[in-house]
Amino acid sequence: MTSFWKSNQRRLAPWLFLAPGAVLFAVYVIIPIFQSMWISLYDWDGLGTATWIGAANYVELLDDDSFYTSLKNNVIWLVLYMLALPLGLFIAIFLNQTVGGMRIYKSMFFFPFVISQVVVGLMFSWFYAPDFGLFYQIIEWATGQGIAVLADERFVTYGIIAAGLWPQIAYVMILYLTGLNNVAPDQVEAARLDGAKGLGMLWHVILPQLRPATFIAVVVTVIGALRSFDLVSIMTDGGPYGSSRVLSFFMYEQALSEYGYRMGYGAAIAVVLFAIMMIFISGFIWKMWRDERER
Amino acid sequence: MFPRPIEQTSPLSQALYKVALPVALILWLLPLIGVAITSLRPASDLAQGNYFGMPSYIAFENYWQLAFDSAIPRYMVNSLWVTVPTVIGAVALSCMTGFALAVYRFRSNILVFFLFVAGNFVPFQILMVPVRDLTLQMGMYNTWYGLALFHIAFQTGFCTLFMRNFIKSLPFELIEAARVEGVSEIRIFWFVVMPLMRPAIAALSVLIFTFIWNDFFWATVLTTSAETQPITAGLSSLNGQWIAQWHLVSAGSILAALPPVLMFFAMQKHFIAGLTLGAVK
Repeated sequence: MTSFWKSNQRRLAPWLFLAPGAVLFAVYVIIPIFQSMWISLYDWDGLGTATWIGAANYVELLDDDSFYTSLKNNVIWLVLYMLALPLGLFIAIFLNQTVGGMRIYKSMFFFPFVISQVVVGLMFSWFYAPDFGLFYQIIEWATGQGIAVLADERFVTYGIIAAGLWPQIAYVMILYLTGLNNVAPDQVEAARLDGAKGLGMLWHVILPQLRPATFIAVVVTVIGALRSFDLVSIMTDGGPYGSSRVLSFFMYEQALSEYGYRMGYGAAIAVVLFAIMMIFISGFIWKMWRDERER
Repeated sequence: MFPRPIEQTSPLSQALYKVALPVALILWLLPLIGVAITSLRPASDLAQGNYFGMPSYIAFENYWQLAFDSAIPRYMVNSLWVTVPTVIGAVALSCMTGFALAVYRFRSNILVFFLFVAGNFVPFQILMVPVRDLTLQMGMYNTWYGLALFHIAFQTGFCTLFMRNFIKSLPFELIEAARVEGVSEIRIFWFVVMPLMRPAIAALSVLIFTFIWNDFFWATVLTTSAETQPITAGLSSLNGQWIAQWHLVSAGSILAALPPVLMFFAMQKHFIAGLTLGAVK
């Protein structure tokens, strides 16, 4: 036994080290993805027997207005969340100085990312609250007519996205601050001697060097936009009249809330969301794979 | 350095910069400051519509009321029961998986690695129904360990990515040298590599602590009662009961935010190293 271990340990050791983590990850993450796909082909309330209905859940989705509302909102989330990149970069450049007390400023600007989205949601609900909310008062003062953002179908999604952008910008900012810290100083000086400055410098010299930071920022921002469950649930519960739903929230609502336990239908929504996410995940993995090979 | 250091510019722009900094910060943190002030206002002020004027007095009583007469302390303890085991479990498992993927060459290495990475990005909803079902079947529904076990499994994906990259950046000659000496692989892991992993373990611990403390989705899916719900889910249900009692909602929010904030300020350097995935060197 010991001699077998001695001569084969280099081959066996990786699997021993991998086993506990990999098994747990497979049981809780990898296998459930396929189980969900399977469940999406059934009509199931989570308790009784499941009835095979083939693609009926997906056919129903195609005819469900709430599904299109959610899908549309998801697209708005994705597009507007990308604002976190330029805004985060802007703040990072603003803060990339060495004045006294700068460290404190940087951490205070980063602050929103550390707090839970539940708390962020409550803070912005207070901010938007009709009559006494700070935002409401500012709008009322500026235009004479306040806006109850979270009760207005026209603005509600944008209001929630603004709340989500707050921590997201902070995250992107810290990524860029770290990146700016490592920009090669000699290249910057050389470019300066060549007369580069301001936006030209930023575009031609700095941004190319910030590419790794930009990549991570895009990844976390896309994931953040598509995971937008907490804020919708806390701030509006999907309302008014379901107008602020996104796919992640719509799925939860169908599968696990007072609207009933439609596990199959919920799983079908999740599969659609997963398919959208998969487009991005494949892109990320493909890029990481390429970088890995170059090393 | 970019942008040009402010010390090299005119005194006027230096002065402007020093004014702009605090102004920008106050604007940036406006929602937070507003809620912090509201949490210290007496209920009577809010009832009379005094939202922005001077509070009639500083009402620490809001916090006392939450500390002694609400479920908030219970929820905070529940959160700890989920968070601490998750941090320990996920970090321990990923030290091993990260080691396996960083040190050994075997054919499916890169495939296993990318499965961890990809799994880490999937939307939670695709896991929801099967994970809830599995937790129910194991009799762990609505328990702290049922929730913690899922979190450990899921966070292992992110932690593996981090640990593997970290161990890859260590000098491989150390391991080679130990092998030449005839040290077994397990002892290499424990005595050669583990001591060097302290900064990675610290970074991951603060990060995972914050992620799990702030988790809301899985808390609502896997727990239901006040005896087990973490603070995020608890705060959400209290918010439903305290309709428009903003002094309580605000104080509760501040309390819920406190542990990760303290953690962040105590371990700032590690926290940021973790967030940048060690990739933006």
